Amino acid sequence: MAEAVSTGNPAVQQTAKKVKFVITRQDKPEGPSYTEEFEIPYRPGMNVISALMEIQRNPRNSSGKDTAPVCWESNCLEEVCGACSMVINGKPRQACSSLVDKLEQPITVAPMKTFPVVRDLVIDRSRMFSALKKVKAWIPIDGTYDLGPGPRMAETKRQWAYELSKCMTCGVCLEACPNVNEKTDFIGPAPLSQVRLFNAHPTGEMNKEERLDAIMGEGGIEACGNSQNCVRSCPKGIPLTTSIADLNKETNKRMFKRWLSV
Amino acid sequence: MKGFYARRLHSLLGIIPLGLFFIEHMITNFSAYEGGKESFDQGVAFLNGLPLVLFLEIVFIFLPLLYHGIYGLYIAYQAKPNNNHFGNERNWRYTLQRVTGVLTFIYVAWHVYDTRFQVALGNVTHEQLGGIMHNIMTNPVTFVLYAIGVVSACFHFSNGLWSFLVTWGITVGPRAQRVSSYICMTIFVVVAVMFILSMVAFRNVEFQDPTVAFESIRALVA
Repeated sequence: MAEAVSTGNPAVQQTAKKVKFVITRQDKPEGPSYTEEFEIPYRPGMNVISALMEIQRNPRNSSGKDTAPVCWESNCLEEVCGACSMVINGKPRQACSSLVDKLEQPITVAPMKTFPVVRDLVIDRSRMFSALKKVKAWIPIDGTYDLGPGPRMAETKRQWAYELSKCMTCGVCLEACPNVNEKTDFIGPAPLSQVRLFNAHPTGEMNKEERLDAIMGEGGIEACGNSQNCVRSCPKGIPLTTSIADLNKETNKRMFKRWLSV
Repeated sequence: MKGFYARRLHSLLGIIPLGLFFIEHMITNFSAYEGGKESFDQGVAFLNGLPLVLFLEIVFIFLPLLYHGIYGLYIAYQAKPNNNHFGNERNWRYTLQRVTGVLTFIYVAWHVYDTRFQVALGNVTHEQLGGIMHNIMTNPVTFVLYAIGVVSACFHFSNGLWSFLVTWGITVGPRAQRVSSYICMTIFVVVAVMFILSMVAFRNVEFQDPTVAFESIRALVA
């Protein structure tokens, strides 16, 4: 009762509450990066994407100056597509699942600079797709005639392999990895784990040597330094370090087999 | 050499033979703590009495050390530590492995210069090494520097053993890697304590050797 008397219109109070954002921006690929502050009206349940949408509607920074709206990429808005990965309060993660209520303010938002920045928060993740091509992360079944049904997959195996298939190529593990940088050509944890996924598949297994050979090449598995940041930052909880250790074993076997069988 | 083989060789040499030599060195040094000068001198005499000792030293110590050290510096150079954003324990060990690697490289170069290199030049004999150590350990500055180098080497070895187990596909799952972390960090504490105790043992007056005073001072100045 006392509350009802003392407060005025609750809607007015709610619109008065602001959320402060510090966004790292960049106007063009080779341009310098700078930070810009924004104060956005708070709405219950808002996430970083809805805050960026608010900036898009009303592109004005916290000092009241009109500015170009912040560019970002997003797609599914339910943490399955990997498009909206960015560095939020120092940690790479998806903007769509970053709820403002759970973030310390001011909220800092920056692009994942392990990748080339296109503009503001938009990055070019092509290197991840090149890596998937390099390690042959697919199962070749194309041909001129029907090959018939493939071998069965054990249910116990399917269960852990399914976890690996959740990778959405979001790039968070590459951003978190201290060995993915301009001084190395390490392809990063995500494509390595895909090698384990496709080598676990009963049909994919028929080409497993090709994939192992690929990750024994330049920028492959040897560049892992065991910091294990990848497994701790993966939004899908993929056991990346288990994949890497398992592939260590497989590539070692492959190495000795290659030496001793010729 | 392709990166994969270069890195695997680096990992292998770190434990076999370098890790094994490290443990052997610890045991020989510890004899100074356990049995005093006589026991340590016996250990030195035994090692020098091994057949083909120069060959063993070159093939199983110097060449692996050189490869592991120089390639290791390259690995350390390639790292871009991010402990400010990822403060987990494993990430700290990642960075420490590289920092202690560089420290150990510098320390080992200095230590080999003080000891084996002087023997090779003919300035001192193997029998006088205990006396050289006595002079180094009784100087507080060099004692502290040696302690830093030794503890770095101990960490680098123990944590390297942990990553060796991962690199060779022995500990695959998170539980196995957690248990091996406990074991390896226990090894770190044990090895570090044993080395420090032997360093303290060399301070004992029985290791004093007036004939080496000149050489060790000269080595320090250089």
